[in-house]
Amino acid sequence: MELLVSSGVGVLVAAGVYLVLRARTFPVIVGLALLSYAVNLLIFGMGRLVIDRPPILSLHLDTYTDPLPQALVLTAIVISFGMTALIVVIILRSFLETGSDHVDGDETGRLTEPGEGGGR
Amino acid sequence: MQLALIVLLPFVGALLPPLLIRAGRNTCATATFLVTLTAFLLLLVQAPAVLAGKVLQFRLEWLPLLGLDVNFFLDGYGFLFAGLILFIGLLIITYARFYLSREDPMGRFMAYLLLFQGAMVGIVLSDNILLLLIFWELTSLSSFLLIGYWNHLPEGRQGARMALIVTGSGGLSMIAGMLLLGQIAGSYDLTVILSQGELIKASPLYLPALLLILGGCFTKSAQFPFHFWLPHAMAAPTPVSAYLHSATMVKAGIFLLGRLWPALAGTEEWFYLVATTGLVTMTIAAWIALFKNDLKALLAYSTVSHLGLVTMLFGFGTPFAAVAGVLHIINHATFKCALFMTAGIVDHSLHTRDIRRLGGLMMLMPVTGTIAVVAAFSMAGIPPFNGFLSKELMLEAAAHADWLGSHLVVGALATLAALFSAAYSFRYVFHVFIGRQRTDYPSPPHDPPFGMWAPPAILVLLVVLIGLFPNTMVGPLLAVSAGAVTGGRLPEYSLALWHGITPALLMSITAVLGGALLLWRYREGLRLRELFWRPEAKAIFEGLIELVVAGSRWGTTALQNGSLQRYLAITISAAIVIGYAGFLGSSLEAGTRAPLHAPWIAVSTWLVLITACAAVVVLHRRRLFALIVVGVLGLIVSVAFLYLSAPDLALTQISVEVVTVVLMLLALNFLPKESLPESPPGRRVRDGIIAGLAGLGIAFAMHAVLTRDFSTISDYHVANSKTGGGGTNVVNVILVDFRGFDTYGEIIVLGIAALTIFALLDTALQGACGRRLMEWQADQARSADRHPMMMVVGTRAMLPLALMVGVYIFLRGHNEPGGGFIAGLVVAIALLMQYMASGFAWAQERARVDYHAMIATGVLAAGLTGIAAWFFGWPFLKSTYTYLHVPFIGEVEVASAMGFDLGVFLCVVGSVMLALANLSRIGRIAEHLEVPEGPMDVDPSKLIDPAVVPAAN
Repeated sequence: MELLVSSGVGVLVAAGVYLVLRARTFPVIVGLALLSYAVNLLIFGMGRLVIDRPPILSLHLDTYTDPLPQALVLTAIVISFGMTALIVVIILRSFLETGSDHVDGDETGRLTEPGEGGGR
Repeated sequence: MQLALIVLLPFVGALLPPLLIRAGRNTCATATFLVTLTAFLLLLVQAPAVLAGKVLQFRLEWLPLLGLDVNFFLDGYGFLFAGLILFIGLLIITYARFYLSREDPMGRFMAYLLLFQGAMVGIVLSDNILLLLIFWELTSLSSFLLIGYWNHLPEGRQGARMALIVTGSGGLSMIAGMLLLGQIAGSYDLTVILSQGELIKASPLYLPALLLILGGCFTKSAQFPFHFWLPHAMAAPTPVSAYLHSATMVKAGIFLLGRLWPALAGTEEWFYLVATTGLVTMTIAAWIALFKNDLKALLAYSTVSHLGLVTMLFGFGTPFAAVAGVLHIINHATFKCALFMTAGIVDHSLHTRDIRRLGGLMMLMPVTGTIAVVAAFSMAGIPPFNGFLSKELMLEAAAHADWLGSHLVVGALATLAALFSAAYSFRYVFHVFIGRQRTDYPSPPHDPPFGMWAPPAILVLLVVLIGLFPNTMVGPLLAVSAGAVTGGRLPEYSLALWHGITPALLMSITAVLGGALLLWRYREGLRLRELFWRPEAKAIFEGLIELVVAGSRWGTTALQNGSLQRYLAITISAAIVIGYAGFLGSSLEAGTRAPLHAPWIAVSTWLVLITACAAVVVLHRRRLFALIVVGVLGLIVSVAFLYLSAPDLALTQISVEVVTVVLMLLALNFLPKESLPESPPGRRVRDGIIAGLAGLGIAFAMHAVLTRDFSTISDYHVANSKTGGGGTNVVNVILVDFRGFDTYGEIIVLGIAALTIFALLDTALQGACGRRLMEWQADQARSADRHPMMMVVGTRAMLPLALMVGVYIFLRGHNEPGGGFIAGLVVAIALLMQYMASGFAWAQERARVDYHAMIATGVLAAGLTGIAAWFFGWPFLKSTYTYLHVPFIGEVEVASAMGFDLGVFLCVVGSVMLALANLSRIGRIAEHLEVPEGPMDVDPSKLIDPAVVPAAN
């Protein structure tokens, strides 16, 4: 199981990084989504993999899985939604402003000469 | 306390001049004067104690763990310098009042001057060397501002930049050296360091620390080969040159040499480094000064030379030489400052400082002339002025110095330097004031107003008085201050104009006569000068700077071409390199923790995950497909959470998944549905390698972690969840209680993100963005039945049920999986379904809540719940709980944390709805849709033919 989870997270990271490096904005968002899955699973994994021991106090259980990473990941999931939403809106706005969905805001990929500053 | 006040007063006072300049230049100058005077009087009050040999201290802990404390101390040496700084400061302020013209912004000038003064007093009174470093840097900065005060002049700006770069780099070296020194001595307090001299000199770190500290001192005090910045700093207004670049700031370096004398001096390294540098500086600078035609340049090089003299004296490492050095600091401050002021008067009156255009001014400017002549003769070392006293002591010390076994070298060179010094002093007198009067002065010479000549006159009075009555004037002060430098060991010395026929007297006579001779044969001297190579320091410096600029420009261009895509690749690659560096020296093998069995269903889910990832990578250009795959992956992650004992996470993930996909669909509506295939194969291979390395690294690291045992702090949370937090769902109790503050911050972030989205979308209808939106054409076919009846009826029926589920999940959250986050998402989805079924406009008209207010209420509710704990004397967000009996339902547990969770709930609902509702609003506007009359496009009741219906009955 450990092998499955860690290799799964590795594949998610690889796919996420590859997509994040694309030139168009939409794949970047998809890549970010995959990276958030991977990171959340990674943090969650710091509490190790345990089955049938949810951290809900009960009379039938005497040990529980580590609740702390779960609490951290729970807020992380919601926050990453907020972040994704914000980035989606930013790329939408930038597409509407510039007419291009290239991450550099420009079809050529080379914006300004160095030294002129990135005023775009 | 008074010590801290002396340092603080100028800083606080620096606020006054810019404010008071509106009340006039006199008020402004008076205020500045009074601030300095107050500080000076505060210092004088301490005089009896200091002269009695006491050391006053002020201590205040600031950052004790770093060893950085606000510690001041005042001994004789500090008293001498603080007195010089404040006393000359008073004269300079008076002088500057008359020197600055109406066009010069005086408020700014006086404010900078006070800042500088505070920093300088801070240096000389600091006990903590880290604090000293702060003041040290402050002097560099305030000096930069003062040199560049006339910022319309290019020389001013260049000079200021050069001074900042040289003294600033020296400051960096000084920081390193001081840190080393503190490490060796085990304390950053000067009082401790000074008592650890033997330990420091024996340490293997002594030499590096010494070199670094000297780097700071030599740059600050313009010692060879860092002397070149000082003449260029003369672009400053003359009061600044007189104050900073003769009397005070440039003395900071030699101040420190003297201050650290007990800790560092007396070794071979010290002698050869410091004394040699001083000797070379003294001689070379005096030679250069002789041939400078600019009055201020002549004085600048002479200052460099005299600083070299003091450096050399401290470098000898003998108590006698140290006494001579301290005496010369006093004397040099008096005559050099007066000389600068006279140069400023000449410049002010004749509008030129070029010696070749001057001469014969004595009769035309008698007051200025007298002052200048007395001060210059003191500089030349002519009795009965004070310069003679210290020059005698210097030559006496030099005559006894042994340099690489030779007794002659130092003495001879020192005499030579004294000779040059006499020559340029005479030149200042004879080529400017004595000689034939001219008819071609650029402007008629005249003596300045009283306020302008009084300050140098006071200084010159001191020059004479110290020369005539040295023991009365400076005897006690010299004894305590030199005693502080030598650590209490005072040698035999006598301050008198006449010591009998000594070697020093003979050397002195040689120097004066030789100087006069050299000036008499000035033309031959000029020709002699042509024989030497004279490097142009400014050109070399500018060339170096240009080299550095070109280098960094090359580096910037090589790395940054304006493409975010490239920056991201570089950032990720750097992260990968750092991550892999973490693997070095550790094994990647699996740990010993018993592995969990993987059932076939887990394996098949894993296969789906791999397939989905592969598919999205290969087919990512088909965006709708990619979005569906994201949904699939989110589902797999939720299932994984559920299987691995995290029901709360599973619930959160699956509900977030729904809103994320809806959100991305709404955005995709406007974006191209396919990505262009544009990455060249090389780029794709490169990215593939980066991605592969990243994935591989994470997989190995995670596997290594998962297969090892660990210890956790969660046992505390599990043990106290029920008894302390009143809930059995430990995750929820952690969120709303143990780590409630964390959660509080997170909902605020969520709210801010939603508000930002609102701001971005609300303004999207303007400008280029708005035009594109209005011209936008749907690129996909639209359904004829946009609001199908089945969906409308279905979602309408589900709304109360979904809301009920939301409330249920919220209420049980404290004990069972659920809580504010999940409930908020569920309710948001229930509301979103209405928007989807009947369209934005129709649903928005019926929405009775304002989502902005909802976010605010949520944050407030959570915050107030936390604050309520204060009224019970508990810390922020501490919760309590009780049991209530509710009719028909029974015993219900009510925890105060529910108020907090309610805040979370409201904030989540508000944020999600605000983001999505605004996105769909934009869509409606862009598609130019009218607000539909009814919830459905097709009203079934109207389809039934009225004529037919009654018949059917």
